[in-house]
Amino acid sequence: MFARLQNNRHALGMVFMLPTVVLLLGLLAYPLGLGTWLGFTDAKIGRVGEWVGLDNFRYLVGDSVAQLSLFNTLVYTVIASILKFVLGLWLALLLNKNLPFKSFFRAIVLLPWIVPTALSAIAFWWLYDAQFSVLSWVLTQMGLIDQYIDFLGDPWNARWSTIAANVWRGIPFVAISLLAGLQTISPSYYEASAIDGATPAQQFRHVTLPLLTPIIAVVMTFSVLFTFTDFQLIYVLTRGGPLNATHLMATLAFQRAIPGGSLGEGAALATLMVPFLLAAILFSYFGLQRRAWQQGGDK
Amino acid sequence: MNPFNRRQFLEGSAGVAAATGLGAGSALWAPAAQAKSLSYKPEKGAKLRLLRWKRFVQGDEDAFMANIKKFTTKYGVEVRIDNEGWEDVRPKAAVAANIGSGPDIIIGWFDDPHQYPDKLLDMSDLANYLGNKYGGWYDVCKKYGIRHNTKQWISIPWGIIGNAIVYRESHVKAAGFDGIPKDTAGFLKLCQAMKAKGTAPGFALGKAVGDGNNWVHWLLWSHGGKMVDKAGNVVINSPETVAALEYAKQLHDTFVPGTLGWLDSNNNKAFLGGQVSLTANGISVYYAAKNSTDPSVQAMVSDIQHARFPIGPVGKPTELMQVTQFMAFKHSKYPNAAKELIRFLMEGEQYNPWMEAATGYVSQPLKAYEKNPIWTADPKYTVYRDGASIMLDHGHDGPLGYASAAAMADYIVLDMVAEASSGTRTPKEAAERAEARAKRYYKV
Repeated sequence: MFARLQNNRHALGMVFMLPTVVLLLGLLAYPLGLGTWLGFTDAKIGRVGEWVGLDNFRYLVGDSVAQLSLFNTLVYTVIASILKFVLGLWLALLLNKNLPFKSFFRAIVLLPWIVPTALSAIAFWWLYDAQFSVLSWVLTQMGLIDQYIDFLGDPWNARWSTIAANVWRGIPFVAISLLAGLQTISPSYYEASAIDGATPAQQFRHVTLPLLTPIIAVVMTFSVLFTFTDFQLIYVLTRGGPLNATHLMATLAFQRAIPGGSLGEGAALATLMVPFLLAAILFSYFGLQRRAWQQGGDK
Repeated sequence: MNPFNRRQFLEGSAGVAAATGLGAGSALWAPAAQAKSLSYKPEKGAKLRLLRWKRFVQGDEDAFMANIKKFTTKYGVEVRIDNEGWEDVRPKAAVAANIGSGPDIIIGWFDDPHQYPDKLLDMSDLANYLGNKYGGWYDVCKKYGIRHNTKQWISIPWGIIGNAIVYRESHVKAAGFDGIPKDTAGFLKLCQAMKAKGTAPGFALGKAVGDGNNWVHWLLWSHGGKMVDKAGNVVINSPETVAALEYAKQLHDTFVPGTLGWLDSNNNKAFLGGQVSLTANGISVYYAAKNSTDPSVQAMVSDIQHARFPIGPVGKPTELMQVTQFMAFKHSKYPNAAKELIRFLMEGEQYNPWMEAATGYVSQPLKAYEKNPIWTADPKYTVYRDGASIMLDHGHDGPLGYASAAAMADYIVLDMVAEASSGTRTPKEAAERAEARAKRYYKV
């Protein structure tokens, strides 16, 4: 029996896949399923809930704080992702040139990405402090402002401040990934186009961008997902304040579920993030990746 | 109430003497005998695990661990102590309660015991014994310790993390006041005068779990507003609440910029940095100043003063402070050892040195401990003595439980005050929004 199993390619294949299947089911599918299920119950922390159907969702859709958190999350994700893409691509193009100390620069660019978020967030917390901000101090010393900037105490200031911190932290990931993409583009394309008289702008538009698109799609999908689900930065800087202006869906879900004990409601809020995440993935998949030339159907 | 449990404890010498004369049953129920002595006999081979919040001040931990060591030496019961950040204890305790495994004793916060009262050991004997022996529990401690609508104690209040007005004496004097006015109207005038002198006050209005919630609840209650009535019906949308919010707006106009974004530690930093001259805090600002090596902060020590919050139109103190409690779980294999440990820690010989070592951070739940020398060792500590005697519970005026916990964790009152203070909503709108949010948790 055992010998026969060993000689059966299909059975053996199944056995080899088993550890991965267990890992995926146990560590990904089960928690995801459980989280979704919790969203349909009134579970409290540690207390098994009763099935309440769409009750949590119905409440959240009408809840002004949840609505605000959706708005905040969309603003945060869209603006931060665009800034990260533009600045990251720019940085990647610069790093792709023949700079002196090239490897040194490439290494230090990664620093914001390597520093644990909680630590860099604390640094930003001091930079943005209402009383001790070094940014405000410098500007007052220069005579540009006469009152300290209320970075985290005003709703829109707080939104811009958290976005800036997120962008600072997210650029290296985009830049280094795109740099890797840039380096796979053969120099012969540039030579050929230069011979044809293409300007640098035309080279970028017709050589770099099309060849970089698959990488951009992957990188930006990840970037959008990370931004949409950001938690640590907000939690250290504002905890969702002032006036819930920086509460993202992730931070509000946590606030309701863990300190507030309403596990079901928090889970429902987290589940509500899934459609947006799926939309982001589908957009990049259909919009950016399925180019005709990738299918080998280039005419 | 399970009579079997009551028989599990052993009376001390007085009880035993009485028992021989009167028979065990009557002696166990006689309050006089209980008042003299009560102890539980730890089970053979008992081992305990206790989870507590991580200390705010080193003296607390040192004295606490010394008491634990004393207990282990006396009873031969090993006690493992786990420390967690103070905000992480609540979820852990809830999980331990509901899966029925984990530490034997958890030192939790606020209404934790009321969220899973069935999972906790009955503490009535111990609470009554301690109350009789040490001058009685303060009313607010009874509300936190006794299960709603019963006489059953489900936890033993351990202490109150004090909160008070912290201010710069010289700045208040310069504004033309001798001290902090006792009424809310005078307090507003003081804050306006201080603002005019360039030494403004500031209270946290961001998501500050302790410093934010404490003062906004005082503000709401001082004007007669409250989240719920005795039956738990949401009554926050009231003329009293609107009056409180109108007052809040005027008060907020005197604050230093940025308080809407302040978290728990911002007011400490701003005060010690000389950027704010009046705020509300635990004794930690004074403690930090006293122990600072920075000469500019050292110079501030003599100028720091503490005062009670002013009294509003309701005519009585309405403060909120953090209450911390012992919970012993039914899942414990050694319930007697657990109760004995709590009794041991609450007895004067252990409690007093511990409270002294905590240098005013924690105040007593039992009236007799008011006499602890720590409260007069430094006249500036004295204000922090009055915690339980003047505070209300955060679920005021309703029952404690899931709803009171969730309403505070979702910052309903804090958001309401912040919205009205900043002018993003009118007081009426802010109160309506708070009402809608609160109804979600206090639904019947």
